[in-house]
Amino acid sequence: MATQPDVDVHSDEEAFREEVRQFLAQNFPEELKGQGNAMSSVEGPDDENPAMKRWREAMGERGWGTPTWPKEYGGGGLTRKEAAILNEEMAKAGAWNPIGGMGVMMFGPTLLEFGSEEQKKEHIPPICRGEIRWCQGYSEPNAGSDLANLQTFAEDKGDHYVVNGQKTWTSGGQWADKCFAIVRTDKSDKHKGISFMLIDMDAPGVEVRPIQMISGMSPFCETFFDDVKVPKKNLVGEEGQGWTIGKRLLQHERTNLSGGGSMARLMGSSLADIARKYVETDENGRIADAVLRAKIADFDIRWNAFLLTARRASEESKSQGGVSEISSVLKKVGTKLGQERAELAIEIMGMQGLGWEGEGFSKSELDGTRAWLFGKATTIYGGSTEVQNNIIAKRVLGMLDHQ
Amino acid sequence: MAVLNEEQEMLRDMARDWTTNESPVTEWRKVRGSGDPKAYDDSVYGTMAEMGWTGIVVPEEHGGSDFGWLSAGLVIEELGKTLTASPLVASTIAASAIMLGGSDEQKAKWLPKLATGETVGTFAIDESGRHDPSKIEASVSDGKLSGTKEFVHEAHGATLFVVAAKDGLYLVEKGAGVTLTDRKLADMRSHADVMFDGAPADKLADGGDDLLDKVLDRARVLTACEMLGMAQHVFDTTLDYLKQRVQFNQVLATFQALQHRMADLFADLALMRSAVEGGLQALDAGFRPAQAATMAKAEANRVLRIVSNEGIQLHGGIGMTDEYDVGFYLKRARVLEASFGSTSYLKDRYATLSGY
Repeated sequence: MATQPDVDVHSDEEAFREEVRQFLAQNFPEELKGQGNAMSSVEGPDDENPAMKRWREAMGERGWGTPTWPKEYGGGGLTRKEAAILNEEMAKAGAWNPIGGMGVMMFGPTLLEFGSEEQKKEHIPPICRGEIRWCQGYSEPNAGSDLANLQTFAEDKGDHYVVNGQKTWTSGGQWADKCFAIVRTDKSDKHKGISFMLIDMDAPGVEVRPIQMISGMSPFCETFFDDVKVPKKNLVGEEGQGWTIGKRLLQHERTNLSGGGSMARLMGSSLADIARKYVETDENGRIADAVLRAKIADFDIRWNAFLLTARRASEESKSQGGVSEISSVLKKVGTKLGQERAELAIEIMGMQGLGWEGEGFSKSELDGTRAWLFGKATTIYGGSTEVQNNIIAKRVLGMLDHQ
Repeated sequence: MAVLNEEQEMLRDMARDWTTNESPVTEWRKVRGSGDPKAYDDSVYGTMAEMGWTGIVVPEEHGGSDFGWLSAGLVIEELGKTLTASPLVASTIAASAIMLGGSDEQKAKWLPKLATGETVGTFAIDESGRHDPSKIEASVSDGKLSGTKEFVHEAHGATLFVVAAKDGLYLVEKGAGVTLTDRKLADMRSHADVMFDGAPADKLADGGDDLLDKVLDRARVLTACEMLGMAQHVFDTTLDYLKQRVQFNQVLATFQALQHRMADLFADLALMRSAVEGGLQALDAGFRPAQAATMAKAEANRVLRIVSNEGIQLHGGIGMTDEYDVGFYLKRARVLEASFGSTSYLKDRYATLSGY
């Protein structure tokens, strides 16, 4: 629910809207209508059919897959308002943005901020065209919430580094072309000994093993580095700057994991729609089970308050020229609500909502089961809820560390 | 905080300065100590009127400033922070009923007086302790209204009642046929059962069939604004307390168990603020106000209950004493929670409005 229509409709915005409509009419293949797959980011790449390829290339060519990125590196160069119009018009046309992944959500914005001119010219355009997959080399077996404890070591060999160690929870590692990683270049300083570098996933010595999860899917991998050579041109920023750059990237991750991010995309039809399908309604069309009806209303109210909060955070950021302090709650709240919603959907559907495979379940029912289980990861990855609470308490509320 | 224009920022700052300097909680203690059932100071309401707060939503042609609902909400939030006792919310609701449903004549007669604070109005709707607009028995025949309204806010100070009867809303002036019985509630503010016995009543006939719902939308949003100010204040003072109080040779704010509880409250407060400001903006824009108002009050109910309870718990034993302010907020919180819709009522309404 939006609270307010946009009051100021400028004519140049209308002109842009018309431009988008024409572009969609000319380039969006009719057969793809409504086929944006919410789970594609965790299920892995689809086989790209010719229509998909055409659509991706059209969007990539225009830079509209990364609408607000600078044009000189292949982005769309749009204002946020124009990007919002683009999204609205795509939704109306049943179209979706075919260019995504970690390159778009996390790595690109970070490289635009910290990368050298050469690095931007090399890495940003393929992201804008959707031609490359990036994965994230952050967590290690002993560096989860305590991420700075990471031990993967890059030894300086003059014109290159030699990397040894193990990363884990590498999302999409088995499909990725390249990895942005934080590694240790100095063992004497926990935070200042970390550097941010880019590693080719097909370089000799890189090995990827998918991890099977409770959802039955394998969206995460273990990644091993055994004497992997990384040229020095792949160091982003200075040596020892990796923690600063790496944390900045996590802010992009948090933003994407909350409001408009993955949880929201995993949500299809409303709970009330699901209830109308699976439980009885009375003669007035109300959900007959009063307790269930109240639970759905309770969820909807809080979910809409969350959406308003995400919007408010974005408006505050724009008007203050910095990140709003309420941005810190979006990841924590959005992921929790996403999980609540999945639980409630199962409560509504009963056994039919717990189907694992085989006959007797629709595709959306089976997807729902996987999404429910996959959703448990959302409060753990990207800085667990507990880490978010620490961040809020210490950085926003000024509560001190234990002395 | 919603993004404000310059006018709104000035209004908010003025309200904040005034409540901080002229109307801290010690002023409420004085009013409470006086034992006056009206429970506010006329001169305080006079000052508010001079500052223009009584006419914020009233159109300029009727003596108001027409600054809108978001502006009114900013002031009411600030008043809620220091528990400033006044009939501003009640009288603004009454004014809105006349704006929405009054004839030109009724508007010309009452709005200027409400806008200047000369007349105090209030809204009399419920006939039991539980809000339920479907159970209204008060009725009017030959221009005389009869029935009993329970727990009417600010009934002692008000001279003009907007009364919900079976067939619509009516204006009734305090006087012949109107009898008050004090109902002392835990918040020690003005509440009374008002018996109307053939009282002369003037119908608000121009508001359409959903006038009562529209007035309730406004009542819910304004009440939620007061609740937002209270929740913000309890949160802020609790955080200050945790940063000062030492136990086990540690400032309490260093304990992770308490840090995480404050982080939870901070997140809930963010949702509450978004919902309440969303309600105000929806009233200003006229976009789905019923849903937005229901959501605003539902979130206010949910979050203020949590914050007021945690405020006591996190203050520890001292929070249980009358000497500390936090208990005042707890008591006022539940009175407002029960006003114009409990959480279960509002969830039911939200589901109905959403078509399920």
